[in-house]
Amino acid sequence: MNELANAIPWLGKRNPAAARWVVIALALAAPLIAMFFGKTWVRILDFALLYVMLAIGLNLVVGFAGLLDLGYIAFYAVGAYTFAFLASPHFELHLPFWLVLPLGAVFAALAGIILGLPTLRLRGDYLAIVTLGFGEIVRIFLNNLNHPVNITNGPQGINMIDPLVLFGWDISRPIRIGEEITINSLFLYYYVFLAFVVLSIILVQRLQISRVGRAWAAIRDDELAAKAIGINTRNMKLLAFSLGATFGGVAGGLFAAFQGFVSPESFSLMESIAVLTMVVFGGMGNLAGVVVGALVLTALPEILRHVAVPVQQAVFNQVLLDPEVLRMLLLSLAMIFMMLLRPAGLIPAHSRYSRPELVVGVGEAGK
Amino acid sequence: MITLLEARNITKRFGGLTALSDVSLTIRKGEVYGLIGPNGAGKTTFFNVLTGAYVPEEGEVVFNGTELPTGKPHEVVAAGIARTFQNIRLFREMTALENVMAGHHIRSRANPFSILLQTRQAKEEERLITERAFELLRYVGIERFADTVSKNLSYGDQRRLEIARALATEPQLLALDEPAAGMNATETGKLRELVQTIRHDGVTVLLIEHDVKLVMGLCDRLAVLDFGRKIAEDVPAVVQKNEAVIAAYLGGHGTHKAGAAA
Repeated sequence: MNELANAIPWLGKRNPAAARWVVIALALAAPLIAMFFGKTWVRILDFALLYVMLAIGLNLVVGFAGLLDLGYIAFYAVGAYTFAFLASPHFELHLPFWLVLPLGAVFAALAGIILGLPTLRLRGDYLAIVTLGFGEIVRIFLNNLNHPVNITNGPQGINMIDPLVLFGWDISRPIRIGEEITINSLFLYYYVFLAFVVLSIILVQRLQISRVGRAWAAIRDDELAAKAIGINTRNMKLLAFSLGATFGGVAGGLFAAFQGFVSPESFSLMESIAVLTMVVFGGMGNLAGVVVGALVLTALPEILRHVAVPVQQAVFNQVLLDPEVLRMLLLSLAMIFMMLLRPAGLIPAHSRYSRPELVVGVGEAGK
Repeated sequence: MITLLEARNITKRFGGLTALSDVSLTIRKGEVYGLIGPNGAGKTTFFNVLTGAYVPEEGEVVFNGTELPTGKPHEVVAAGIARTFQNIRLFREMTALENVMAGHHIRSRANPFSILLQTRQAKEEERLITERAFELLRYVGIERFADTVSKNLSYGDQRRLEIARALATEPQLLALDEPAAGMNATETGKLRELVQTIRHDGVTVLLIEHDVKLVMGLCDRLAVLDFGRKIAEDVPAVVQKNEAVIAAYLGGHGTHKAGAAA
């Protein structure tokens, strides 16, 4: 629950309870607010939640265990394509999502181990380069595995993926209540994604404040010392890679179902970098920071895009700068300013397994 | 006295350089064993072989009657040998308490599933780890800094924290690599008391040290290394009078003679 208060530090410090309620209210009301500006914005919110999940998963690898991963989007791709293979007309398979989604997570976790095994001895820049290569290899495979046997359908991607069907209820169809009111499926997806995000946060937080989380932090701070206190660094690193990948895999599956279509170009290096930027921007190693970072960096470029295109048209009578270029420009600017002003991120990580109340108790007992 | 650890004919080479040559020594249960020698004598190399960081070319280390694995530090810790580092290596971004809690890793068994499900055992274990970590901080006398990020601790307290973290692995043998390095006289005095307490509580101590005065006063027995060879092993009073040792420390012809004799 503290994570909720941390999301708004200036209020969270003074009144954690209030901050908590503000965050909960905002999370629940966000799509309704967005609706005032149009359906597109609800859709952007849905995507923002997927990015939040990705950022949470990547943070586990980069922020907790200190393993710089530049190919994280590959796990998102594995999850998305697993969903596309098993629940679309492509292979004439229509398995239910509660089977496909966990399978995607398992395959992503396996991919995490496959990436982890050869890179166990690498750190920092070297690890970054190998993971970057891994991400590109996965994308290139997806792009080219349509020949001689068509598996991925190549650059065209896979279409008509089944939507999420919860208990026989297709959430891609709007719900009609009476004659007048219809609830758009974008809202339904929002709340489903929100549930996944909340679950992810709870799980990751449990991991962080545990034997495993401490082992990761130890490896991050000093690998040699971690070995010297008996941590099996190989297993713990593989665990970080595979658990981190799991979140990417689930997010990928949700993405495929939501979008109804996957193609390799959704999983480019730029996406990996975008997610990493969210983690670093928000505050590496801090869950609340990472969530806020992902939300801000998904929303800001969209806002900019909606402003920039009309402005350019008004001023130059044409669109000179592609919105996608603007997005990368904004991400880089955000990073540069962040590194200059707040190198530890929007909401910096702090040590958090210790229990201050106990320390006070001990101090008093000592006197 | 029961033998706790026996190093048999350890030889370690780095390329053409023989850092350790045929070193054998025996550490008995419950003693403070010193390992001294001039700079570059091979003390830290020996230490790294012992704790599994280096794989020796020849020889073996027998601990509690079983041969220790080489090149697998975490298994050596599991067997009951904990170490500290000459240049302090704490988990800098973690608090003092968390450092010690991390030290409990090998003696706890919560797995990702029990953690994700927050089973009763996992919660209970976490509570126990926190409690024991506090006890250890109190034991080395820095419990008031439990919540301080370890990089902000004073030098002497960092040394103590490192010892607490090593003790958290519940070792039978605690190996300290130059614990008094960089300490002033008061801090060294306190360290001596701490080592005596640890020994008194049943943990055997292996001490690598430059501070000859500290070693002579604290150790039950000690070995002297010079150019990768053991030139003496006995109680401090005898070692002090050993000609080869005096020569090794003060320089002179004795070194070569000792080398030729061994």
